Amino acid sequence: MSNVSTRKRGIPNPLAWIGAATLGLLSEIGRLAVFSGKVKAAAFSPRWYFGQIWKQFIQTGFYSLPVVGLSAVFIGAALALNIYQGSGRFGAEQFVPNIVVLGITRELGASITALMLAGRVSAGIAAEIGAMRVTEQIDALESLSASRFRYLYAPRFLAALIAVPMLVIVADIIGVMGGWLVSVYGLGFDSTVYLRNTLDFMTRNDVLTGVIKGFVFGGIIALMGCYQGDRSKAGATGVGRAATLSMVGAAVLVLAANYVMSTIFVEVGL
Amino acid sequence: MTTPILSLQNVEKRFGSNHVLRGVTLDVAPGESLVVIGGSGSGKSVMLKNALGLMTPDSGQILFNGEDVTQSRGKARARMRERVGMLFQSGALFDSLTVWENVAFRLINSGVVSRSKAKDHAIDTLRKVRLGSEVADLYPAEISGGMQKRVSLARSIISKPDLIFFDEPTTGLDPITADAINDLIIEQVRGLGAAAVTITHDMPSARKIADEIAMLFEGRIIWRGKASEVDHSGNPYVDQFVHGRAEGPIQPAI
Repeated sequence: MSNVSTRKRGIPNPLAWIGAATLGLLSEIGRLAVFSGKVKAAAFSPRWYFGQIWKQFIQTGFYSLPVVGLSAVFIGAALALNIYQGSGRFGAEQFVPNIVVLGITRELGASITALMLAGRVSAGIAAEIGAMRVTEQIDALESLSASRFRYLYAPRFLAALIAVPMLVIVADIIGVMGGWLVSVYGLGFDSTVYLRNTLDFMTRNDVLTGVIKGFVFGGIIALMGCYQGDRSKAGATGVGRAATLSMVGAAVLVLAANYVMSTIFVEVGL
Repeated sequence: MTTPILSLQNVEKRFGSNHVLRGVTLDVAPGESLVVIGGSGSGKSVMLKNALGLMTPDSGQILFNGEDVTQSRGKARARMRERVGMLFQSGALFDSLTVWENVAFRLINSGVVSRSKAKDHAIDTLRKVRLGSEVADLYPAEISGGMQKRVSLARSIISKPDLIFFDEPTTGLDPITADAINDLIIEQVRGLGAAAVTITHDMPSARKIADEIAMLFEGRIIWRGKASEVDHSGNPYVDQFVHGRAEGPIQPAI
C-alpha cells in the first residue's frame, strides 16, 4: 500500500491515495453486504433459537429503557424550550405542542433512540462477539456443528428488529411528556390544552414513520455490531477497536438512513 | 490396509506473505494417538484448524474416513463435525452458558434430546472427567483453569466421536494438574476407541499420550516415529526440540 500511495521521495500521491481509499471503501461495503445477506438468510429461515432471541430482546429492549427514557425526556424538554423561544419572535407560542409532537414522532424519537443504542447495543454486541472470537469460542461453536450466523447473529438481528421500534414508541411518549413538563411547569401552558393540541395535531403517519425508521435502525445497529465483532482480531486492542468501529459505523449509517427515509416519506406523502 | 480416519495430503496455507503450511502430509489411523510437536509459530494450530474445517487450505487435500472434506460446507461439513471432538487451547467454554450447558451443547443444539436428558448426560460425562454434579450449574468463570480444561474435555467426548483434536491440552496448568489431564485424555480416548491428534510442545505430555509423534517444522512434517523412538530419533531438529536446547539447527523464536 505504502509504495503505491507515496512517490519515490515519500511525498503522498493524492490520486493513488484516493484510489486506494476508494478501493478499500468498496471492498468494505462488499464485505458488509455479503455479511448482511448471510445474517438475513439465517434470520428469516429455520432454524430459530427462540431462547437466544428472547435473551437478546431483553438485553436490547428492556435494559435500554432507562437510557432511552432519560434521553427522550431531556430532548423533549429542550425542544419545547427552543420552540417556545423561536416561535415567540412572531407570536406563535401556541404551536409549541404541535411542533414538539411532530419533531419527536417523525424525527427525534427514532434518531435519539438509535444513536443511544449505537453506543449501548451495537458496541456491546461487537465487544461480546469480538471477545468470543479472540477466545476461540466462535471456533468452538462451529466445531460443535452450530452456525455462528444462526446461533449468534440472527437472534441479535431479530431482537433488534423487534425491540427498537418498541423503544421508539416509548421514546415518543416520554419525549412528548418532557415537552409537556417544561411547557406546563416552566412556560405556563395549560396542561389540558397542551395535551389536547398534541393529540389533535398528531397523525397516525407521524408515529408510523418513526416506527418504520426504528425497524431499519434496529437492523443497522445489530448488523454493525455483529459485523465488527466477527472481524475482530488481535486481543484486547482488536476488541476495543471493533466496539468503537461498530458504534461509529452504526451512528453514521443511522443518520444517513434517516435522511434517505425522510426523503422517501416526504415524496410518498407519508 | 485400513483407511486412515484423517489424511492430510500436501496441505498448504499462507496468510499474505507468511507461508505457514508448506505441504503437510499426515495420516492418522483409527484408534491411533498421534502427537504433533513443534515450536511456537510452527503452524501446529493452523494445521489443526484446517483439519477441522475452521480454515480452508490454499491447496492440498483433507480426507476424513476416505471422503474429501477439503472444501465441504453445510450439511457435509456438519456430518463430519458430528464425528469429531475438539479441546481448544483456551478451553473456549461459552461464558454465557453454565458448565452443564457447555458440555451438553451439541446434544441441546441437535434438538433431538430434551434439556433434562441432556443435563443428565452432561453430569454423567462430567463424572468421567472427575467433576461432580455440584459444578454443573456454575459458570465457566466460577471454576479453575484445570476444571475448565476438564469441562472442555467432557464437551469434546460427550457425543462419542471417532476423532478428537487436542490443542495444547496442558498449556497453562501446573505439572500435577497437567498430568491428571493427560491421564484423562488417555483414559477417555482409549475408552471410546477414538483416534486422537494432539498438538503440543509439552514433551512429558507428548511422551505420555502418544502412540506416534510427528514433528512440524517450517510448515512441513520433518520426522515421524513411535513415541518410544523420539529421544533417539537421529534427527538433529527433533533432538534439539525434545531436549530443549537453545543450540542447534532451530533458531529460538525471540
